[in-house]
Amino acid sequence: MARTDVGKLSFILLFAPFALWIALLIILPQLGIGYISLREKVGPGEYTFGFSNYVAFLSEPIYWNTLLRTAWMSILVTAMALAVGFPVAYYIAKIAQRRSRAALFLMCLIPLWVSDLVRAFGWIVILRETGLVSSLLQKIGLVSGPVELLYNDATVVMGLVYTVVLFMIVPLVSTLDGMDNSLIEAGYNLGGSRLTVFRRIVVPYAMPGIVAGCIIVFMLTAGSYLTPILLGGKNSMWFTEQIYEQFVTRYNWESGATFGVLLLVFTSFVVWLGLRLTGQSLASTVAKD
Amino acid sequence: MHDLQCESLVKRFGAYTAVNSVSFNVPRGSFFSILGPSGCGKTTLMRMIAGFEAPSSGDIRIKGKSVLSTPPNKRPVKMVFQHLALFPMMNVGENIAYGLRCRGENKADIGGKVARVLDRVGLPGTEHKQVSQLSGGQKQRIAIARCMVLEPDVLLLDEPLGALDLKLRERMKIELKQLQHQFETTFLYITHDQSEALLMSDNVAVMNAGQFEQIGSPQELYNNPKTGFVAGFVGDSNRWSGRVVSLSEGKVRVAIDGGGEVTALAGDNRIAAGGSVEVFVRPEAISIGGGRDEVLGGTVESLLFNGASSRILVRMDNGHLVEVGQAVMDGSVTVSPGEKVQICWSQLHGRAFTTAR
Ligand SMILES: Nc1ncnc2c1ncn2[C@@H]1O[C@H](COP(=O)(O)OP(=O)(O)OP(=O)(O)O)[C@@H](O)[C@H]1O
Ligand SMILES: [Mg+2]
Repeated sequence: MARTDVGKLSFILLFAPFALWIALLIILPQLGIGYISLREKVGPGEYTFGFSNYVAFLSEPIYWNTLLRTAWMSILVTAMALAVGFPVAYYIAKIAQRRSRAALFLMCLIPLWVSDLVRAFGWIVILRETGLVSSLLQKIGLVSGPVELLYNDATVVMGLVYTVVLFMIVPLVSTLDGMDNSLIEAGYNLGGSRLTVFRRIVVPYAMPGIVAGCIIVFMLTAGSYLTPILLGGKNSMWFTEQIYEQFVTRYNWESGATFGVLLLVFTSFVVWLGLRLTGQSLASTVAKD
Repeated sequence: MHDLQCESLVKRFGAYTAVNSVSFNVPRGSFFSILGPSGCGKTTLMRMIAGFEAPSSGDIRIKGKSVLSTPPNKRPVKMVFQHLALFPMMNVGENIAYGLRCRGENKADIGGKVARVLDRVGLPGTEHKQVSQLSGGQKQRIAIARCMVLEPDVLLLDEPLGALDLKLRERMKIELKQLQHQFETTFLYITHDQSEALLMSDNVAVMNAGQFEQIGSPQELYNNPKTGFVAGFVGDSNRWSGRVVSLSEGKVRVAIDGGGEVTALAGDNRIAAGGSVEVFVRPEAISIGGGRDEVLGGTVESLLFNGASSRILVRMDNGHLVEVGQAVMDGSVTVSPGEKVQICWSQLHGRAFTTAR
């Protein structure tokens, strides 16, 4: 009897910080945002409740176009991060020598030591009209005048991939690291070509890591603010920018909250759709058996 | 006709030589084992045959054709890995069909072949089971079926019983031998367990520190070892070191360290008077009592009952501990710990080898 009480107590003590964190920092604010999104100001200090904010969102194409565009570009960034991250992760987990593995892994972490903001300005220094690349191209004689490499979609996508690729590499390395090399060798031994072994053995094995990495990267990208604004400029049409504008510039909290809820719902929907289309489930990703 | 021939194979990792000029031939349809202690280079040798490592020098021929320039996925050898390496994301049927699909066989044939090979390994109708649902012995058989369905010239098995528990290992030894008979395929089997090698093989190569010490049938290795390493490694043996007193007509007189002299057959031709040697006598050759040409005195230290392989431990007067295996515990010899006894054996059962440096 006493034993189970002690067990219960230690469970509560251990679980409490996590529960508090989830409740205070995630659930409560979201409930607040959800609440605000449902109210409408009819006069000073007077509110009614309803879905009018959502109707307003749908009736303004520029808003939902921005949301769609953000989702679409985030998917693109996720795909590119996967394409770039997979070979890197495979190299670190399977090809590199045991000794150099830790060093390589640390090198992937280096970008995290520099703040987002500073990194973005770093890109600006390199890519702006008077920047490094532009002057280099002029010196070689490939272009006659200065070129502006900032403020276009390609730069935004590239900057985002650079920022988030690490979050793709980490889960991939950890799943690939758990893969027995003899599975790959058995794949070859039984007559598989490189492509077959990759497609039928490596990728299915790494699937939990791929799914985890894609979800993290997609969510981070869709919710990012600094990189698209700084590299894409005022016309980057990123959805978080709209949210910021509603909250801060227009001081329209109701509409800002609505956008916030919509971003959450829509990105969750995209993740759900992605899981459905690839036949994966979140449970098998998180709790690998 | 030989299915597999290796000629002076050498593999170096930097300055370290893992496999040192190994040559052997495996006749068609036979069960060939490579027996050696951990780290002697067995896996390295097998990986060279499978094509995962390139030999530093030497040649590998399968059915007479050199395969050195053939990539691993084109070699007609299939491998059962130490931990089996069944694909966890595929079910049993898909695991077995994998190789057939890589070959591009058509769907209808594949189904039939998978069913037939499952039948042969005694697991009919298990196509749709998940790998994780199988027992250890069943996984074993699936791993073999996955290779055999491709009808390889040679099947390589790298300590496939290592992960199984003792009881299952005993049963699988016999089953493996039967499977080899059934498929009539050449098996190259790696193990560090001498009882596996002796029980299943037509021929055994004993490997030590990257080199082959001796190749022969299990009986030859057991009864007629060519080196001290083989004598000590294959089967149980009592081992005493000593010095050669005299040598005549293939028989050596050895003064054992600690006292006592015995006569034994000279095992190699490097033995010379005054040289240091090791004498090997198998426990089952030794009995309690007198009446044979080698007799030593000692005290019974303990009785180890283990059914047919029971032993009496005797502390000899010279301090060495001797395992006595003949006629134990069937009541014909009654001894108890602390009793003074004599042990004896025939000279023909003792063997002396030059001590390896
Ligand atoms: N890739 C490698 N690089 C360097 N040394 C290696 C490499 N592979 C194996 N070795 C060395 O070669 C020796 C033989 O290894 P191998 O795996 O062939 O032993 P083994 O006989 O299969 O042993 P076990 O019975 O423990 O499996 C070992 O000392 C090992 O350290
Ligand atoms: Mg090995």
